Amino acid sequence: MSQQETLHTHDIQTPHPEAHHQPLGFWRHYIFSTDHKLIGIQYAITSLVFLLFGFFLMMMMRWQLAFPGEVMPLIGGLFGESAMPGGIMVPEFYNSLGAMHGTIMVFLGIVPLGVGAFGNYVMPLQIGAPDMAFPKLNMASYWIYLVGGIVMFAGFFVPGGAANSGWTSYAPLANIATTGQTVWLLGMVFLITSSLLGSVNFITTIIQLRAPGLSLMRLPFFVWAQFVTAFLLLLAFPPLEAAGVMQLMDRLTGTSFFLPSGLVVSGELLTNSGGGSPLLWQHLFWFLAHPEVYVLILPAIGIVAEILANNTRKPLWGYKSLVFSAIFLGFMSFVVWAHHMFLTGMGTTISSFFQATTMIISIPSVIIISVFIITLWGGSIRFTTPMLFAIAFIPMFGIGGLTGLPLGLSTADIHLHDTYYVIGHFHYVVAPGTILALFGGLYYWYPKVTGRKMNDVLGKIHFWGTFVCMNVIFMPMFIQGLAGVSRRLYDGGQQYAHAQGVLEWNLVMSIGAWTMAVFQIPFIWNFFWSIRKGKKVSDNVWEATTLEWTAAPSPPPHGNFTTLPSVHRGPYEYSVPGAPTDFTPQNEPARA
Amino acid sequence: MQIPHTLTARADTGLYNAKLGIWLFLASEVMLFGGLFSAYVLLRVGSTDWPHGADILNVPLAMLNTMVLITSSVTMVMSWASLRQGKVAAYKGYMVATLLCGFGFMIIKAIEYGAKFSHHLYPGESTFLAVYFTLTGLHGLHVVGGIIVISYHLLTSNRWLRSEPERLTNRVEVVGLYWHFVDLVWIFLFPLLYLL
Repeated sequence: MSQQETLHTHDIQTPHPEAHHQPLGFWRHYIFSTDHKLIGIQYAITSLVFLLFGFFLMMMMRWQLAFPGEVMPLIGGLFGESAMPGGIMVPEFYNSLGAMHGTIMVFLGIVPLGVGAFGNYVMPLQIGAPDMAFPKLNMASYWIYLVGGIVMFAGFFVPGGAANSGWTSYAPLANIATTGQTVWLLGMVFLITSSLLGSVNFITTIIQLRAPGLSLMRLPFFVWAQFVTAFLLLLAFPPLEAAGVMQLMDRLTGTSFFLPSGLVVSGELLTNSGGGSPLLWQHLFWFLAHPEVYVLILPAIGIVAEILANNTRKPLWGYKSLVFSAIFLGFMSFVVWAHHMFLTGMGTTISSFFQATTMIISIPSVIIISVFIITLWGGSIRFTTPMLFAIAFIPMFGIGGLTGLPLGLSTADIHLHDTYYVIGHFHYVVAPGTILALFGGLYYWYPKVTGRKMNDVLGKIHFWGTFVCMNVIFMPMFIQGLAGVSRRLYDGGQQYAHAQGVLEWNLVMSIGAWTMAVFQIPFIWNFFWSIRKGKKVSDNVWEATTLEWTAAPSPPPHGNFTTLPSVHRGPYEYSVPGAPTDFTPQNEPARA
Repeated sequence: MQIPHTLTARADTGLYNAKLGIWLFLASEVMLFGGLFSAYVLLRVGSTDWPHGADILNVPLAMLNTMVLITSSVTMVMSWASLRQGKVAAYKGYMVATLLCGFGFMIIKAIEYGAKFSHHLYPGESTFLAVYFTLTGLHGLHVVGGIIVISYHLLTSNRWLRSEPERLTNRVEVVGLYWHFVDLVWIFLFPLLYLL
């Protein structure tokens, strides 16, 4: 950046604001942009591509589960002799698909979409800020994320294929796995760095750049959700980075952080010095990965809160309860991690502690659900497309949350641990829960980004198809899991006697998954078609109260607002008695 | 449109953006090293024959390194204080002194590493050495990072001073906070690895 430009960009005293309206070149404007809105769009598109890719991996796995050992039609020959000889999937490749499906969906799909895309685009607009506090850091965060994604993807092309030790990369299995695991670790280092830069930026922006009058208790709940999420990313990811560094050391320099003494692999005693602890990896991994669950769900809860208040035309019931629940949830999420480890033999005393904290953390989640349900009560609900997704989120997240309780009880977990029940529980939270909410968010804010609405008919086809199929996919997992079918089985449980009674569900789930893919076509078509052909709408198409709708045009220009707004009221003043409209914008001055 | 509070503090938080940002970054660093320190504790508690650090490592050299780093923290503060008072020459002098200390630390560290390697003491030898090399290596990377950032600000000082002196002062303060943190990590590492 030239000195001249530095002066104009940063010196508040400079009386030449017109310098900023100089058009930037193509590269600075569309590729290496520092505008939070463009970075948000970059995040959205990249993460949607990764979501689709992760979904594709899963559809391949579902073929293997429905028809174990059979030749995959059409695409079976594309994956080479080492992965799918003769079109039949080998177990190692199935494991790679599983590990990469999890990694890609969590770290490259949902978090970047919920935080990187929605957080980046919407949050500064909602708090009345011209941009993020550190625009260049914001840009760096996206590009490091993209590099991390490409590194992860590159894992498929190294000898031995991509990482195949599960998305959890448990030691010592991951320590002795093929080269793909090293690539996975390197990819994670990039992703962690990206999320670190992002979270520092988010917190600073929310604390420092709020518009005049926008006190903390006047923040839209979406901003609160992003705020708590950013703290989780900031503080929970580094221990995984530490663990990643140690696993890299183990793999590359022959240390034994996670290798116990006397480990025998394939009939041979390992020559490492030993003395390491496989449990150490699990502790460090889950110290990240449990807060990570809330990183996945909180932005979704934030989106649902916005859509519910807007479409019920009444204030969120219990805004403060919601805020304090989210903060409490954030705190508690750091002290529940070992409920993933009840069966590791870490001792009943520790198990009891983590069982207690796990029961406690369910309380704020229940408060959040209750707030949403009571918000619906007595509202004159507008059944818009985003609202359908938001309403569906409530029971789906409810099922996901409630099925988690038996897993949090250390005795019930003995039966359920590592079965399909766990997969069902987790996916109900993240897929029918978070992903439905994220879709809702896409339909809700699309008019802000493009100035046009997405088509409602296609949107409703997309909603109903996705909603029904998701339940067809995930509900049978509870049945299989309760019957004792383990997760990560290459043949879906064929060789186990106790699985025989529930095996037929495998085909049902697979058909559900492939059908759901068909129902994504109207969405993809709608998404691109509406950019140019969608119905043009006003700046505040949903008649909302928050600043992104009431103070900024659609799409907002560089710098977001022509004059910085100031805030005079809380975020959800809908149907205020005596007000001229049923929504009172946050930036509307109080009437005398 | 300008981003508010890049230079001046926001009234209700009393912070400018970068200062809050660096504190958050340091919080994250605390968790990173916290994770590694907990790994150290867990591995040591689970071990039956944990060596005494002083038997393997060179305590006098590490003591010297501790002094070097503490000195560099002092010169770092002095350079910021000088800059605030407008004493540009003193600011530059102290920045150079900080840099020299940083280089000195890395050279001494390299001598230590070299001595270990020449005795065939590699990270894979024992869990103690694995912890030692990982922790000090990661800390060394942080020192290198600090050296790069300090050098950058030293070399571009004149440009900043001509255009935005307050911004340079803020930046030096932020770099200083980071440098003190790196120093502090060593203050924990030294007794943990060499003495206990």
